[in-house]
Amino acid sequence: MVTTHAPTAPRKKRPMRDLRRRRGEIRRSIVPTTMLWVIAVLMAFPLLWFLLSSFKPGGELFSYPLSFIPREWTLGGYEAAFERVDFMRYLGNTFIVASVSTIITVVLCASTGYALAKYKNPWLSVLGLCVLSMTMLPGEVILNPMFMVVRDLGMYNSLLGVIMPSILTPTGVFMFRQFYLTVPDELIDAARIDGASEYGIFLRIMVPLARPIMLTLAIVSFQWRWNDYILPLIILGDPDKFTLQIALRSLVGAENINWSVLLSASVLSMIPLVALYLVFQRYVTSSNINAGLKD
Amino acid sequence: MTLRTSSPASSAQRVKGAGRRVRRGRRSRYRLAPFIFTVATAVLFGLFFLWPGVLGLSYSLTDFRGWGDSEFVGLSNYGDLFGDSEFYQSLGRTLLYALFAVPVGYCLALAMAVALTAQRARGKTAARIIFFVPWLVSPIVAGVIWRWMFGESFGFVNYIIRLLGGDAVPWATNADLSLFVAVLASAWGGAAFNMLLFIAAISNVPKSYYEAAELDGANGWQRFWYITLPGIAPTSVLVILLSSLTAMKEFAMIQALNGGGPGTQNRLIVQYIYETGFERSLIGYASAASMILLVILMIIAIIQLRISKRKNAW
Repeated sequence: MVTTHAPTAPRKKRPMRDLRRRRGEIRRSIVPTTMLWVIAVLMAFPLLWFLLSSFKPGGELFSYPLSFIPREWTLGGYEAAFERVDFMRYLGNTFIVASVSTIITVVLCASTGYALAKYKNPWLSVLGLCVLSMTMLPGEVILNPMFMVVRDLGMYNSLLGVIMPSILTPTGVFMFRQFYLTVPDELIDAARIDGASEYGIFLRIMVPLARPIMLTLAIVSFQWRWNDYILPLIILGDPDKFTLQIALRSLVGAENINWSVLLSASVLSMIPLVALYLVFQRYVTSSNINAGLKD
Repeated sequence: MTLRTSSPASSAQRVKGAGRRVRRGRRSRYRLAPFIFTVATAVLFGLFFLWPGVLGLSYSLTDFRGWGDSEFVGLSNYGDLFGDSEFYQSLGRTLLYALFAVPVGYCLALAMAVALTAQRARGKTAARIIFFVPWLVSPIVAGVIWRWMFGESFGFVNYIIRLLGGDAVPWATNADLSLFVAVLASAWGGAAFNMLLFIAAISNVPKSYYEAAELDGANGWQRFWYITLPGIAPTSVLVILLSSLTAMKEFAMIQALNGGGPGTQNRLIVQYIYETGFERSLIGYASAASMILLVILMIIAIIQLRISKRKNAW
């Protein structure tokens, strides 16, 4: 638009100037881009090396010189993993634990966070402080008594015993509380005047509003439960009930590690999470996580 | 509070006396709903936090072994712990591990965040995804991956060292080198999370500072050192405290990486508690060790709370 009024002489020079500016831009972007990709390669290398190794036949794993790309591609390790390890069972167990606890976690955290943000009640403040104290006391320091409690409740060696203690996630409660504090009270008052019940307000207005938070918490919580090790370790004794992480650990703990099986089984255990992450990537990487976010 | 509860139109006249009345009214009118919203949380808190916490404290004063009768022994478990060289060793090893893992993880996460927020860097979306994948890897698998990289006779790292004419390094049989690999593995696996905190902090530093510095001819390093680093100081403190907490309770990754080895030399404190409680079945004694770990973690957490309170997080 502007160029139609411009005199003709500068127009001729423009391609030159454009080229020079673009060159300058490229030159100035070299340093930050190089830095970014050096770190990226360093971060990706261990995983890539691991992944490519899982496609090597057993003999090639240890034969010098080592090769980055498998000389001979094979799925032998994966077949052996399925044969040696009851993979589908562990996958199923892990999936049940992770999804059930995630669903209940999101529901509980949403309602608790909402109550903490929008109602004034002395005992709510007490509960808030209790949840806050949970962030200080990690499960690791109550390992032995936690086992006793779960056993006394009759949940030893059951998936329920792994699910129940991990449901209450202080981080999740804080995420929702922080979010609901930003929702104006007038919205609730207006709904009350229109005759909505307290539960109706929560279910029909507040839950839909918090959908992005719910999704973020769901992904993070699923990742935590999928990768959890210490709780299943103390509560599950029967190999039929093992989750993937416990099963993997038993492969590492073996006298002679069968690397071929271990590599493939490890890769298989990651696939569901990586798939989930790639689908919902933007909710995790762009989420505005705050100080309370920790396991 | 007053402004929030009274309607804006009449607030001028009512603001003094009515605010309090309205607040009290709200408190008494809505009792059932908040109760229903939070009752499950309260029950879970009692069952899986308060009860085990109190049990742990009481176990630590007895010689409970997990079954049968137990006897009250007062503080003798604690007394024994102070004379237990294995306990000292695992606690010392944990502190040493934290001392190295925290700064290494901090630097890596910060470098990632700075590289991702750099204006002229190309390919940020792809790099962001790459940076995130290690965070998805479970601590067990992370341990396996680094064990594979640092295998003494077959690992990639020793292969490169030999290719360059060096001697194979005993990554697994030397306790210090073994701990060093654990430090690298934990930095690798945990960096993405801290990176998110740093990215949020860096994007809050006013752009005008950088523009002014650029006009004054400051180079990239100077801009980082004099603007970015002071600008994200509160987040830095938070990241350091959070990662100290994580490092102090490291368990799964070490289990898969070297099993606390060689021998028991790199057994960290949680592993010590686990083995004492579940394998040697000295639950009372292990609970006393837990309580000491608890005190250490609480000191870190209280510092964190103080700082986040200043930032108005709670």
